[in-house]
Amino acid sequence: MSLLTRNVCRALMQGTYMTHMGKGVHTTSVNADKNVCYAPHSISTLQSSSTEGRIKCTLIPGDGVGPELVYSVQEVFKAADIPVDFESFFFSEVNPTLSAPLEDVVNSIARNKCCIKGILATPDFSHTGELQTLNMKLRNALDLYANVVHVKSLPNVKSRHRDVDCIIIREQTEGEYSALEHESVPGVVECLKIITAAKSERIAKFAFDYAVKMGRKKVTAVHKANIMKLGDGLFLRSCEEMAKLYPRLQFEKMIVDNCSMQMVSNPNQFDVMVTPNLYGNIVDNLASGLVGGAGVVAGASYSAECAVFEQGARHIFSGAVGKNIANPTAMLLCSANLLAHVNLHPYSRMIKNAINKVLTDGKVRTKDLGGQSTTKDFTNAVIHCLTTS
Amino acid sequence: MALRLLSKLNVRPELRGVVNLSSAAAPATLSDFDVQHKTPVVRKQHLVPKAHYGGRHAVTMLPGGGIGPECMGYVRDIFKYIGAPVDFEVVDIDPNVDNDEDVQYAITTIKRNGVCLKGNIETKSEAAYVTSRNIALRNSLDLYAYVLHCKSFPGITTRHKDIDIHIIRQNTEGEYAMLEHESVQGVIESMKVVTASNSERVARFAFEFAKRNNRKKVTTVHKANIMKLSDGLFLETSRRLAKEYPDIEHNDMIIDNCCMQLVSKPHQFDVMLMTNLYGSIVSNVVCGILGGAGLHSGRNYGDHYAVFEPGTRNTGTAIAGKNIANPIAMINASVDMLEHLGHHFHADLIKAAVAKTINEDHIMTPDLGGTASSTDVVKAIIDNIDMCIKNKVSFH
Amino acid sequence: MSRNYIKVLLNPFRESKVLGSLLKWLEPGASNSSGVHKGGNDEVPVSRSGAAQYSSGVRKVTLIPGHGIGPEITVAVQKIFEAAKVPIEWDEVDVTAVRGPDGKMGIPQKAIDSVNANKIGLKGPLMTPVGKGYRSLNLALRKEFDLYANVRPCKSMEGIKTLYDNVDVVTIRENTEGEYSGIEHEIVDGVVQSIKLITEEASMRVAEFAFVFAKENKRKKVTAVHKANIMRMSDGLFLRCCRDVATKYPDIKFEERYLDTVCLNMVQDPAKFDVLVMPNLYGDIMSDLCSGLVGGLGLTPSGNIGKNGALFESVHGTAPAIAGKDLANPTALLLSGVMMLRHLNLHNEAEKIQRACFRVLREGRVLTPDLGGNGTCSGFTAEIIKYLDEPEQ
Repeated sequence: MSLLTRNVCRALMQGTYMTHMGKGVHTTSVNADKNVCYAPHSISTLQSSSTEGRIKCTLIPGDGVGPELVYSVQEVFKAADIPVDFESFFFSEVNPTLSAPLEDVVNSIARNKCCIKGILATPDFSHTGELQTLNMKLRNALDLYANVVHVKSLPNVKSRHRDVDCIIIREQTEGEYSALEHESVPGVVECLKIITAAKSERIAKFAFDYAVKMGRKKVTAVHKANIMKLGDGLFLRSCEEMAKLYPRLQFEKMIVDNCSMQMVSNPNQFDVMVTPNLYGNIVDNLASGLVGGAGVVAGASYSAECAVFEQGARHIFSGAVGKNIANPTAMLLCSANLLAHVNLHPYSRMIKNAINKVLTDGKVRTKDLGGQSTTKDFTNAVIHCLTTS
Repeated sequence: MALRLLSKLNVRPELRGVVNLSSAAAPATLSDFDVQHKTPVVRKQHLVPKAHYGGRHAVTMLPGGGIGPECMGYVRDIFKYIGAPVDFEVVDIDPNVDNDEDVQYAITTIKRNGVCLKGNIETKSEAAYVTSRNIALRNSLDLYAYVLHCKSFPGITTRHKDIDIHIIRQNTEGEYAMLEHESVQGVIESMKVVTASNSERVARFAFEFAKRNNRKKVTTVHKANIMKLSDGLFLETSRRLAKEYPDIEHNDMIIDNCCMQLVSKPHQFDVMLMTNLYGSIVSNVVCGILGGAGLHSGRNYGDHYAVFEPGTRNTGTAIAGKNIANPIAMINASVDMLEHLGHHFHADLIKAAVAKTINEDHIMTPDLGGTASSTDVVKAIIDNIDMCIKNKVSFH
Repeated sequence: MSRNYIKVLLNPFRESKVLGSLLKWLEPGASNSSGVHKGGNDEVPVSRSGAAQYSSGVRKVTLIPGHGIGPEITVAVQKIFEAAKVPIEWDEVDVTAVRGPDGKMGIPQKAIDSVNANKIGLKGPLMTPVGKGYRSLNLALRKEFDLYANVRPCKSMEGIKTLYDNVDVVTIRENTEGEYSGIEHEIVDGVVQSIKLITEEASMRVAEFAFVFAKENKRKKVTAVHKANIMRMSDGLFLRCCRDVATKYPDIKFEERYLDTVCLNMVQDPAKFDVLVMPNLYGDIMSDLCSGLVGGLGLTPSGNIGKNGALFESVHGTAPAIAGKDLANPTALLLSGVMMLRHLNLHNEAEKIQRACFRVLREGRVLTPDLGGNGTCSGFTAEIIKYLDEPEQ
């Protein structure tokens, strides 16, 4: 019984936590005026560093092949003479002694407002018995609630489906990933999935706003409300409510198992998809698999203030470490998206064009795309295309 | 303060339920306008999260008619140049259509984005049942306070120098209630609605505003000697609230006298508070004193939404497309918007560049006595932005 | 002792009457009356429960034709089985919901008795009427017979054009607990908590089943699909059970994969996988996904294994639009029947029917409209019967 009480309390705390997040809701009123607004000055610094014309960006190489991929990004940035300075942190859960403290990393990202991040490995167990992974802690600390993965077929990448172009938006701070688990009696484990109205509304709003921003036509909510009537039902209802504010976007719902089937048989029907945490993870990976694997899909996580750019499908490829065979395309696309985010559009376009050109030429291919080239070769090819274009 | 508390409270979900309850009491068939004017409580909005992601804001842009679209183009050029973290969602409103589907959509987008930059929207139809779209927008978003900051540009030759007046105007009721009817043939009655709750809100806004901005005096403008009940209520409310702010001097002035004083001794005014129609008159008078319609920007505030627009609310259809419209007003509105969103760096940068263009370089459009075209002015501003960055001019 | 304790505690959970049952349980001497025990069979069951007692002679099999296109495809299957001289006697029952003695709508007692007696059944698609008071019939059947594992073999078939070839995957899904435990509540306004329940007992038996299945069907590898890096305790428990069972089957390769990795690899190279075993929700998603890889639910058979019997079914919908028009595709139900024959150790008949069915699909002359042909259900059936005794060229 006491266990039950404890969980209720914890879940309640999550709920009340949301009430304090009044920031997320319009509370302008009188203090809307600039002089009345007590916002810390740092709010305005998204690009204030551009006074010197340079942007500061946090860099987390991550585990597995992360450092190699990040190095590739740095090489390209250096070659293109892009005015971005990296603030690098070694951050890892599998190597806790060397890892930078969470606070430092969080502070750095909060200050710079942008970050580029390799994949963090998450072990199946924790030495300290903690249920939250480092990834989750980082997300919660920065409130990076929305994960966006843009899955798009790339030229000359061999895949079964053509012209896949969908955006998958995933809530990543609650749901199954709430890390509320306990063993009620030996051999029986309960894992709590928390869905709150506030966070569901927030992610639904994000998805619709993103669809508007990208000029998309349709938003599909993925759910399992036929079974989880309350939890997923709440999510679905929030999406439906929000859809009413977007009369010019088409809204539809799909059950997650049907969705995964449709994804492999007819992925072209999807445009923007909004999902709770776990389903998002599944759909992300499925869709990434459709267009050529984890090495070519870029993603990003957003909070109200910051944006963290990382690969769309999070795999560390520990088997490829040090072999110089990982595909840096995803990471380079991430960096291009980062540049677009901080308004360095010309550079962003330059990198994207270079990647497209290398892929279209098809002479330099890493192993996952059926070639023999190394990470380094690919990076050099991209750099070469930068200079010639 | 109480208002601030109130607005904070509104956010709490448990109270949200209550709010929904109270608005549910009103029949669902009432129009927005009816809800506002026939139900005693202030209209509640369903709060949705702000469109603010990764440090970037989404903002609705309503180019409106006349010179609106071209001015918006200039604003976007400048924003693009300095990399302001704002994404515009442009909604075009067809002025020739009688239905207000577009307007409703625009209102919806503002509700979800929270902030809007708008030109003046044309309402071509003169049919009695078609309400002005600008008013419809303000009413349905409950933008009860309008703030116009009138400050002299030293570089513009005017009769009065160093004027610095804030005009705060009730924005949703009063003479603009749009309740008109012909009681008998040839007799039209137009109703002016003043409510205690709305008067109190805007008066509270004015005093809070004065306090936060270190202003010394609030002047209430009225015509309570004639309209003893309606303007009387407005005046009474502001007098009552003035007692809560002992540090701020409060006086009142009758509208006709006020206009005279404005053109003769404008320096006596600091913050001015007035009802809707008087606000319209006074703001145009002051803008005229300071150099015309093309300079100043106005801000509409409600409890949850903010709309920014050029100060004098003129479409300027006559000069549209001739490349002579003054872009400064719209640019100032965009600066206000950036400040509202907390992007002070970019706001200050544009502000400094605009000031330099007018005051030092004297690059002005014909309405201010200059010879430059609109695009010349914008180009000068962009050049000055460059200069400001290079010289690391401190603009505080 | 502790095992009984868990059982008593768990059964009410399965019935999702948590609090009531907990309270009841707290009353002294009430533990026996919680009344959800079925039989006295306490040992972990193996896959073939119920089949062994019919080691020879004609077997009786419960047949539930179902709704919509159900009856016609059932007839097709019956015809084919008859032609193949399968030693099976059908016991046809109707499961259209009736009002039970307790006033709730449910499965007729006759159907329950039949499955309980026969221990094995074949079922067409069922439709649950929309409206209050109706429980899903599929769920009711699952609960009634404690069908704890769902097996779905997905194999690419020649003649069915999909973007994937060489798919040969069997998904085994835990069917009674996990995310679908049905325990949900709204703690405060706007905060919902759903409980995912993982127990050692259920995880053990589905893992056990997976390995037994792999062994009997000469599979090489079992992959446990999990997300234990995030759900460290619950999926961790499931994973631990799989590992424990794996040590008992050294011949079969065992590997662990994250759910997201499986998704990614499945669409890139399905040949990497053989038998997949996973908790409820993941299984639900992966099994449909794999069906998608080989051409949809109309082609994939499915079996539910329980300790009181086994129920084989087609998982597609009732397709009321084409019901009675002789256009339905009986493949899924037929292949489910084939699975059933294998379960009954009737491998010769199973092989014969499956071969004929695959051949018809490959030659593609009389395909039903859903496969892009313009044949009919009866034509399709006749073609299969024609090929039953013809050896392949």
